[in-house]
Amino acid sequence: MIALPHIYVLGGLFFAATAWFTGRDERNPHRLRAASFWTLLAVSFLAGDRLGDLGNGLLVVGLALLATLGLGTGGAPTSTVEERRESAQRHGDRLFAVALVIPASALLGTLAAKNTPWGARLIDPAQATLVSLVLGVLIALVVVFAWLRPRLHAADVAVLVPMREGARLVGTVGWAAILPQMLASLGVVLLSAGVGKQVGLLFSEHLALDTRFAAVAAYSIGMALFTVLMGNAFAAFPVMTAAVGLPVVVQRFGGDPAVVCAIGMLSGFCGTLLTPMAANFNVVPANLLDLPDRDAALNSVIRTQAPTAIAVLAVNILLMYALAFR
Amino acid sequence: MSLLGIAVLVLGFVLRANPLLIVLAAALVTGLAAAWTPGADAASLGQAAVATLSAFGKAFNTNRYVSVVWLVLAAIGMLERLGLQERARTWIAGVHAATVGRLLAVYFVLRQVTSALGLTSLGGHAQMVRPLVAPMAEGAAEARYGPLGDRVRFQIRAHCAAADNIALFFGEDIFIAIASILLIKGFLEQSGVAVEPFELSRWAIPTAVAALVIHVARLWLFERRLECTLGRKERGE
Repeated sequence: MIALPHIYVLGGLFFAATAWFTGRDERNPHRLRAASFWTLLAVSFLAGDRLGDLGNGLLVVGLALLATLGLGTGGAPTSTVEERRESAQRHGDRLFAVALVIPASALLGTLAAKNTPWGARLIDPAQATLVSLVLGVLIALVVVFAWLRPRLHAADVAVLVPMREGARLVGTVGWAAILPQMLASLGVVLLSAGVGKQVGLLFSEHLALDTRFAAVAAYSIGMALFTVLMGNAFAAFPVMTAAVGLPVVVQRFGGDPAVVCAIGMLSGFCGTLLTPMAANFNVVPANLLDLPDRDAALNSVIRTQAPTAIAVLAVNILLMYALAFR
Repeated sequence: MSLLGIAVLVLGFVLRANPLLIVLAAALVTGLAAAWTPGADAASLGQAAVATLSAFGKAFNTNRYVSVVWLVLAAIGMLERLGLQERARTWIAGVHAATVGRLLAVYFVLRQVTSALGLTSLGGHAQMVRPLVAPMAEGAAEARYGPLGDRVRFQIRAHCAAADNIALFFGEDIFIAIASILLIKGFLEQSGVAVEPFELSRWAIPTAVAALVIHVARLWLFERRLECTLGRKERGE
């Protein structure tokens, strides 16, 4: 059965290759720092279980310090514009077909692992989507080489070409690649320190929530603001719902908990659209799309999303007010 | 006292420090603040710091699966090398009804509907937006208005990323087995309230409709603005 440990080995090899290609990229003035960053991540994936908790903690300190110093940007070699145009013409719509192999495998693999006995024997059902996604990548690469037969340069080793192309893209994502993993870990530390209860006390002591509308607005806006800080509505939800949602909106004013929680979570999502801490949604695309203001606090992805986010948050407050107290 | 960690997040935000550093500092400060008592000496605080760093390291190790998705870039990078983006551009330029606004509105609806069916992994910035949606949107604009300036090109790209995010966020909660719905159900159960996932996902629908109406209207306005500033390219030019 293919499960997470196998995927971690693949991930480790991929990040090791990223480190190798980054370290040799002479157009990046900080290539040594960047290579060290990806080496540490490769070590985490290949040997994280043997490092011990403190060892992993120190590894994270290294990652954070290297990222703070700056990883630089390089220019890994890839095909030229002319080669791409020519190749696009030669392969045509077959390129789309291969691109769809990845989501299709993720979907079919997940369904098979959860619903069929042979699927469950092949793919760990607990991590079905992730494992199937990675299998989809491997299948897509096999299809590329077997069906499209790409023309490679004489010096290229076929297996290393996708690694180098992937490394080029991971390089564009940069340190933002591990921010979601860092935030998930921060959530664990905050939870064990009882931060949720403290925030609840803060809210109940300082805000006079004596009308339905004030309570609904405080909960929805609080969800959005706390999500802005945490970068993740899942982290904000238990805190704000225990602080305001359940005790005030549901218990004091008699709101329907299903309506309150469902719309409360969606108010948190409005916050996700507004924060650079939600790196995988707001910073990663800015990097992947080469937006010039990618490092600004409010980059153009966030600014483009803001009007919709604020309008939907306002609608959410009205919807919760109208639907929760029927 | 344990709220000091949140204060560090806010401070780091304001100072524009590297987010990885902010997150690590917030965790350490939270751990230290929880251990701090008026009589605490350096040794016990040092111990608390080591304990917090270990807890963070342990969590980082168990959460590695979050970063596995980057493997996708090996296949996407390979397809880009073979001209996937160029193909997307030429393909959409051949569809004469295509405009940036219409293309993104169609993508928005598809992304929202598939997310509502639980198919969230069909889209995404690395899998769909960079290799396909953004080149198509740029291709549609170029076919209509001629060569684009950098400012407009970046605006279009930002709109592509925004459409993917907004459609995903306000679509996925309609699916009953998505993480956020299960989180709500679990949280409410711990608090002694029983709800069915179906009830929760039902109440995600009004917001989903509102997001669809608001964002498609904004895409229409965006297209109008493009048309005003760039003008329509003459036929046969």
